[in-house]
Amino acid sequence: MRVPLSWLREYVDLPPTETGRDVQAKLVAVGLEVETVEQIGAGLKGPLVVGKVLTIEELEGFKKPIRFCTVDVGSANGTGEPQEIVCGARNFAVGDKVVVVLPGAVLPGDFAIAARKTYGRTSHGMICSTDELGMGDDGTHGIIVLPPEHEAGTDAIELLELVDEVLDIAVTPDRGYCLSMRGVARETAIAYGLPLRDPALLDVPAPNAYGYPVKVSDPIGCDRFTARTVVGLQPEARSPIWMQRRLQKAGMRPISLAVDVTNYVMLELGQPLHAYDRTRIDGPIGVRRAEQGEKLTTLDGTVRVLDAADLVITDNRGPIGLAGVMGGANTEIADASEDAHTTEVVIEAAHFDAISIARTARRHKLASEASKRFERGVDPQAAAAAAQRTVDLLVLLAGGTAEAGVTEVSAPSGPRTITMAADHPDKVAGVAYGRETVVRRLQEVGCDAYGQDELLVTAPSWRPDLNEPNDLAEEVIRLEGYENLPSTLPTPPSGRGLTDRQRLHRRVGRALAGAGYVEALNYPFTGEAVLDQLGLEADDARRRTVKLVNPLSDEEPSLRTTLLPGLLGALRRNDGRGSHDLALFETGLVFRPTGQETKPVRLPVDRRPSDEEIATLDAALPRQPRRAAVVLAGAREQAGWWGKGRPADWADSVEAARTIAREAGVDLTVRADQHAPWHPGRCAALYVTVDGEETLFGHAGELHPRVIKELHLPERTCAMEVELDVLEQAVDGALRAPRISTFPVATQDVALVVGQDVPAADVERALREGAGELLETLRLFDVFTGEQIGEGHKSLAYALRFRAADRTLTVDEASAARDAAVALAAERTGAVLRGA
Amino acid sequence: MSAPNKSYDPVEVEALKPEEIERIRDEAFAAFAAAGDLDALAQAKTAHTGGTSPLSLANREIGALPPQAKAEAGKRVGQARAAVGRALAARQTELEAERDARVLVEEAVDVTLPYDRTPAGARHPLTTIMERVADVFVAMGYEVAEGPEAEAEWFNFDALNFVPDHPARQMQDTFFVEGADGAKNDESGVVLRTHTSPVQARTLLDREPPVYVVCPGRVYRTDELDATHTPVFHQIELLAVDEGLTMADLKGTLDHMVQALFGPDMKTRLRPNFFPFTEPSAEMDMVCYVCRGESVGNPDRPCRTCGSEGWIELGGCGMVNPKVLIACGVDPQKYSGFAFGFGIERMLMFRHNVEDMRDMVEGDVRFTRPFGMEI
Repeated sequence: MRVPLSWLREYVDLPPTETGRDVQAKLVAVGLEVETVEQIGAGLKGPLVVGKVLTIEELEGFKKPIRFCTVDVGSANGTGEPQEIVCGARNFAVGDKVVVVLPGAVLPGDFAIAARKTYGRTSHGMICSTDELGMGDDGTHGIIVLPPEHEAGTDAIELLELVDEVLDIAVTPDRGYCLSMRGVARETAIAYGLPLRDPALLDVPAPNAYGYPVKVSDPIGCDRFTARTVVGLQPEARSPIWMQRRLQKAGMRPISLAVDVTNYVMLELGQPLHAYDRTRIDGPIGVRRAEQGEKLTTLDGTVRVLDAADLVITDNRGPIGLAGVMGGANTEIADASEDAHTTEVVIEAAHFDAISIARTARRHKLASEASKRFERGVDPQAAAAAAQRTVDLLVLLAGGTAEAGVTEVSAPSGPRTITMAADHPDKVAGVAYGRETVVRRLQEVGCDAYGQDELLVTAPSWRPDLNEPNDLAEEVIRLEGYENLPSTLPTPPSGRGLTDRQRLHRRVGRALAGAGYVEALNYPFTGEAVLDQLGLEADDARRRTVKLVNPLSDEEPSLRTTLLPGLLGALRRNDGRGSHDLALFETGLVFRPTGQETKPVRLPVDRRPSDEEIATLDAALPRQPRRAAVVLAGAREQAGWWGKGRPADWADSVEAARTIAREAGVDLTVRADQHAPWHPGRCAALYVTVDGEETLFGHAGELHPRVIKELHLPERTCAMEVELDVLEQAVDGALRAPRISTFPVATQDVALVVGQDVPAADVERALREGAGELLETLRLFDVFTGEQIGEGHKSLAYALRFRAADRTLTVDEASAARDAAVALAAERTGAVLRGA
Repeated sequence: MSAPNKSYDPVEVEALKPEEIERIRDEAFAAFAAAGDLDALAQAKTAHTGGTSPLSLANREIGALPPQAKAEAGKRVGQARAAVGRALAARQTELEAERDARVLVEEAVDVTLPYDRTPAGARHPLTTIMERVADVFVAMGYEVAEGPEAEAEWFNFDALNFVPDHPARQMQDTFFVEGADGAKNDESGVVLRTHTSPVQARTLLDREPPVYVVCPGRVYRTDELDATHTPVFHQIELLAVDEGLTMADLKGTLDHMVQALFGPDMKTRLRPNFFPFTEPSAEMDMVCYVCRGESVGNPDRPCRTCGSEGWIELGGCGMVNPKVLIACGVDPQKYSGFAFGFGIERMLMFRHNVEDMRDMVEGDVRFTRPFGMEI
């Protein structure tokens, strides 16, 4: 809502010195979000006066037609002589009243006016257009031609109200009444403690039976319909300058007198109005729901196919308007410039159901000034006054005659009353306002309040948002000033800190960052293309995605099922920007359809839903496990003065999974696997134990070369992805502290030759098991292949450390344990002790 | 070789004469002093304290002396040997110190050499600032609550008093999730949560009051990414429901938070606003922590952080609408509550001078790395 300060002053006697900024501060404090205060005509300096064109001489020989004019500017030029002015526009004639800026003046944009030579003549000033004066769009883009009654020499700055301040207010959905001068004026009056001149306080004739016939078939959609008729409108009548200026400042374009008047009254009172050309309506006006598929051409020239829920205005032919949203083209007021002048109008001031209007506006993607107001709630009691005001203005400005008929169809409605304890606002605020203050503040906003400890409050008709005690409490507290609220600190009961799950998530992030990974938070939007590039099989579970109805991009209509696409995108972006040695990580939710999603029922909000009902809501949701992933490329260790660097490889990605598992105190089992998008020979499946069951935790390794090529990734890019929710389940209580033996250690090394394809993990598991409980640690310190070992074999060298809790081990004991370890490895994996 | 009680040998006894002992001792002193390094000293040590050194030989002669002479000769030789031992140790220490000094000089390195062998990792500042804000409240006794990102509309809107078709529901540009039937409409009943507030409803359904929780998390709105908007962003929400909570408590809690995050003399300001799930509702601002309001009306000292407004907009807050309490099974006659929520991206922007939202989104390591582990 754009509110010109000059207009606001018509309803509230603000101190003359009060600026737009001052009013802004006051209104912000009572809860109106005044976003900007526009200074209209800032920097404008006269003389700027009304001139009468005396002569026009067409100058020839230039690229465009040029006029040399003499203009009577009264005594404004000091001499009273005609002013000589060169002008390039042509939309004026001798005798027209125009706006003339004289030398010495400054126009908006620091445009200083001086006499200057042009087209072979000297121009002593300029004949002005709306653009040059910063008046906004009047649709003409030419010279302003004023109504003839204005005297030459009159100050045009004042006449055209060129200097003003406009407050731009973002009205919240609950404050529909502030989409009017009346509403903003009321708030201003309260904020300043000044009386309000309510423009809706008009004498309105009582309804009678001889107004224009109206039949409302849907009293829920339309609970009030007022119709008035004005005849004898003079076709040449134009909107006066003051009205045009107010409309322009409020952000609307003057169109024709009848339309301007309805817009003006809407801005003033907040009541959307519609004017029908009476000669173009066929029979009684009706209000009903549309028939499915019915068509209507709206004022904007669009053919609308109507929905059965749309509320329409009709005549005998069918719909003539989309109720409360936009009128139809077939009853449109004729423009004054057209041949078919409108001389008789029927004025509609109706009240429509907010939700119905909201749905229609949304359905037809048609947000109009009218629908914006009805959606937020219009004062139903203002309809009659708004119709009267429109009638008055048409009579006054267009020389029309008001017909005596007054139609008013209204569904009965009682006042809304709210019962509230008088100290309720005090309890909400934590401030002792006292009953007297509470009642006074409620009365200021237009409520009636009676009673002592218990107040019976009647909300004013323009405040449909006041329904509950807390709504009333807010009115009291905001007017008493939020800035005056004290600051107290409640004491919550002792909390339990973060949950194990929350702590684990934090630890995982810290551990990965500690291992050199940088966190990236990627969008979860994804599409088929990247899943193809990852080489996922047609039946891969990761292809079953949750889809969005309205994605930002048609290429990414789905939610991620894996973190890798986003993370690999970040890797590629970094690589492209010149960072080539990269280790990134992300933790976040992925979205996996369960396949059993039910459509949730709309649960009530007037009571707690049952646990079963809540369960149906949760059943409608996809599974959303939290996952963690890393990607690596380039060097894991840089080359430098210390020696060679080391490229990131598959082992780093597996180690990242171990790092995560370690944070949970969980052992990781690693197995070779073939799983997209990984290299089939360099892919590890990672398992943890959940409730005694080995459970898949994720995968790690080097990416498939084809995937790397498809996604334009650096060579040998590696990745790991695991499901943290699985890890959480694998956590097995608190760690039991190891017992530390202080007896000496006995070390034994063994080198075992196994087949090339025997996994080291199997050998290690056999060694551990075979070595028994004397084994303290076991470490693979070398893997060797070569001629000595034989084709198709490898040698694994292990260091075994034995120690007993209660004694020093003898060499024989250690050797026996080692032999047992080797024997079991031989049995399980065919390992042969090297050199044996 | 002599042995006790063997016959007396006057020649060997010569070696035990005081002047002879003295001479031998001084020779040892001289040899130690002459030893230029530890090797030379080791040789001198063998020569002057070893088994065949004159002093050792003299010592053996003592046994050959008549008993009455043994004590004195023993004392003489003993003193000499002790003196030689001390001299040796002293010289040893001296030479070791010399050697150490030399070796340490030789081993000196250029400690200014850079070492970027393994570049440091970092957590995203959005993650860490969210934790930091949460920790302020965890320290007060609040707990952290979480919820799903693909959320039932009932939790995201209905339970929070967003009436169907009310304009407030359109204020938040919502991503709708397709139903199982694949229909391209907004009727599946599932959305990407537009705020962290559905966690409020979930928490109230889940716990008995008193409830004091903070809910950090990721939220979604259909904005295109630009310097000041992102369709995927983060919020932190606070909810307190207890007997007798007031707006003054809300104000105090906000003041405490900004003091914990921005310094002891910080404060907040409330401005009336509208949110369906709070009533009364307010917009909350904090004093600009950079200019402290000094830039207002002071063109000589403009403040970029607050645009010379003196206040920084934080987010929305208010008293929990009793309708929300009812929908979540909490008796509004007995309990009242307050809630607030704000955007983490915005806070990161003004707290750390981030100028472009895209920097937080793109995952560029050059942006994230300097933030390290904590913020």
